[in-house]
Parts: sequence; C-alpha cells; structure tokens
Amino acid sequence: MTRLIPHPVLSLSMVMLWLMLTRFSLGYLILGTALSLVAGRAYSALHPAKPRVRRWRAIPRLAATLFRDIVQSNITVARLLLIEGRGTRRSAFIQVPLTITDENALAVLAIILTATPGTAWLEYVVETGTLTLHIFDAAQEAHYREMIGQIYEPMLMEIFE
Amino acid sequence: MSATILTIALGYAQVALALAGCLVGTRILRGPRAQDRVLALDALYVSIMLLFLVTGMQLGTAFFFEAATVVAIMGFVTSVALAKFLFRGEVIE
Amino acid sequence: MSPLEAVPLWIAIPVAILVVLGSTLTLIGALGFARLASFYDRLHAPTLATSWGTGGIIIASALMFSVLEGRAVIHEFVIGLCIVVTTPVTLMMLARAALHRDRAEGSDALPPGLLARPEKNAPGE
Repeated sequence: MTRLIPHPVLSLSMVMLWLMLTRFSLGYLILGTALSLVAGRAYSALHPAKPRVRRWRAIPRLAATLFRDIVQSNITVARLLLIEGRGTRRSAFIQVPLTITDENALAVLAIILTATPGTAWLEYVVETGTLTLHIFDAAQEAHYREMIGQIYEPMLMEIFE
Repeated sequence: MSATILTIALGYAQVALALAGCLVGTRILRGPRAQDRVLALDALYVSIMLLFLVTGMQLGTAFFFEAATVVAIMGFVTSVALAKFLFRGEVIE
Repeated sequence: MSPLEAVPLWIAIPVAILVVLGSTLTLIGALGFARLASFYDRLHAPTLATSWGTGGIIIASALMFSVLEGRAVIHEFVIGLCIVVTTPVTLMMLARAALHRDRAEGSDALPPGLLARPEKNAPGE
C-alpha cells in the first residue's frame, strides 16, 4: 500500500483536480489515476517531510474563521486604500513571538497571514521563534496580535502538534 | 433583460480590469526598485488573468479559461524565479 | 449576445454583482498600488485582487457556465486554488528578498531594530 501509493492524499487530490479540469468519464478517471500514482511516486523520490495531521476535525473551523477574516480585512483594506492620503494611516513593522514550531503549521500560518489583506509575512527566525510582520494599519496592531496568538495559533497547534 | 444586466456588468468589469492593469503597469515603469517592478508584474498577471476570465464569460466560450490557467501558472513561475534572483543580490539596476 | 440571453434572470443578478465586486476590488487594489509610497505598503495591495477579486469573478464564472451548459462546471476553482496557494509564496519570497536587499544597503525604509536579523547565523539561509 505505502509502496504503491506513497502519498494517498496528494494522489487523491490530483485525481480530483484532473476530473475538475476535464469532464467526468471513465477514460479520464483511469488516465488521471495513472498520472497521479506516477506523480505520487515521483514526489516521494524527493523525500519530503511527510506532513502529519492530527485532528482533521479542526480544519473546517479554521477554514470558516479564515473566510470570515478575509472578508473583513478586504473591506477594511479597501476602505483604507480609498481614503489613502486623506487619513492618518501609518503602517508598521511588528514582531510577534510564536509558540508553534512545527514546520507545516508555520507554513499554513504563513499562507493565512499573507493571503489576508492587511498583514504581510516578512521573516521568521527559527532560533528565537519570532515572526516579523508588516501591517498595513498600525492602529490594528493589538487586533492582529490577538488574532495570531489567541485564534490561529491554538487552532494550528490542535491540528498539527 | 438578463442579457442587458450581464452586458453592463461584464463591460464594466472589462474596463475596470483593463484600468487596473494600466495602473499596475505604471508601477512597472516607475519602479523605483527592482522588487517594486517584480511585485507589479505579479499583480499585472493577476489582472490579465481576470480580464481573460471576464472576456470568456462575455463571449460565452470556455476557451479563455485555458488561457487564464496558463497565465496564472506562468505568473507564479515568473515571480518566484525573479524573487529568487533578487535574493541572490546580483542585480544591476 | 446569444449566449448571454440564455442565462435566467435569477442567475444573471448574482453573477453581475459578483463580477462587479471582484473587478472593483481589483481596481481598488491597483489604485492603491499606484498611490502607496513604500514597497512594504504596496505588498498589501495585490492581496485584494487575489482574495475577493479573484474569488468573486471565479464564482461568477462557475455559476454562469454551470447554468449555460447544464452541468456543474467547477474547473474555475482550479485557478482559484492555484492563486490562493501561489500568491502567498510569491509575496513572501518578494518580501524576504526586499528585506534582504534593504538590510544589505542599510536602507532607511526599515526601522533601526530590523536592520539586523534578530539572531545571527541561522542555518538554511
């Protein structure tokens, strides 16, 4: 099983992607399955660190929170951009100490923070565990600190660690 | 009725996205530094991809979708390659 | 105009709203892109286009073609997935490259506390 299909989740999602791009038929299903198995073997030849997901149940909750945050910050940043020049907005660099250390959790946090308008991930230093962020509106610093520390970090810890 | 609504909305979207592309294009010309231009190029790719999708909707064909996919993937590869290049620090401005 | 006539009104209205929303957000992002003064500020502008700008147009396109062709057309979401995963990678790499270059030059775009890495000799740089 593990020799033939080294990365079942990756292969399955590739089949799904293949069927989304084409239209569903038996031929495409067989072709897509064959391709995804080959791709899975090729991927395992790179010896990536296997991500371990402990709790799948927390993922929908994370997705829902992220969706709400993206909608909110879209509105905030669009408003700030429209009044740019007239308002008193300042941007700021902030440093946030992180408690999560798992690579996959950090990668997901990076995607979350960068995809959300208003925060940009600049740098994470492994030794000190500090993350440097650039935030668009310095007035919201406390909000972002709370969002990372109280909402995303516990969720990611629950999923990955 | 629905054709009128869609024609207006899609026409507006085409103008808005083309304008967005032009605005981002001014940043490619103005710079001032290499990273500004690369960031602007990435944003230009996204605007063009969205313009393709909207044009495909207006003409009612799915052919533009393939072009949009290729543009999206090309944009990613280009920007990552350029960012990696900037990171090496051997860029003549 | 013939393909657009075939879209029923109750689909045409949400499609129109989503398209207008998506393109307006992209335009606002681009406007900010042209007006903002520093590179680190401009890093935030494209995320408007890549989150709800792309999202709105993709959902509208999937809705419209699903109705036109009478089957679920969801291949637009592949683009969405691609954009959602790749944009953070691009922006992060660009941000780090810019930080690296600004540090190498001692640029005044950075606050003094950031001119050096918090801890030196990091492996894997």
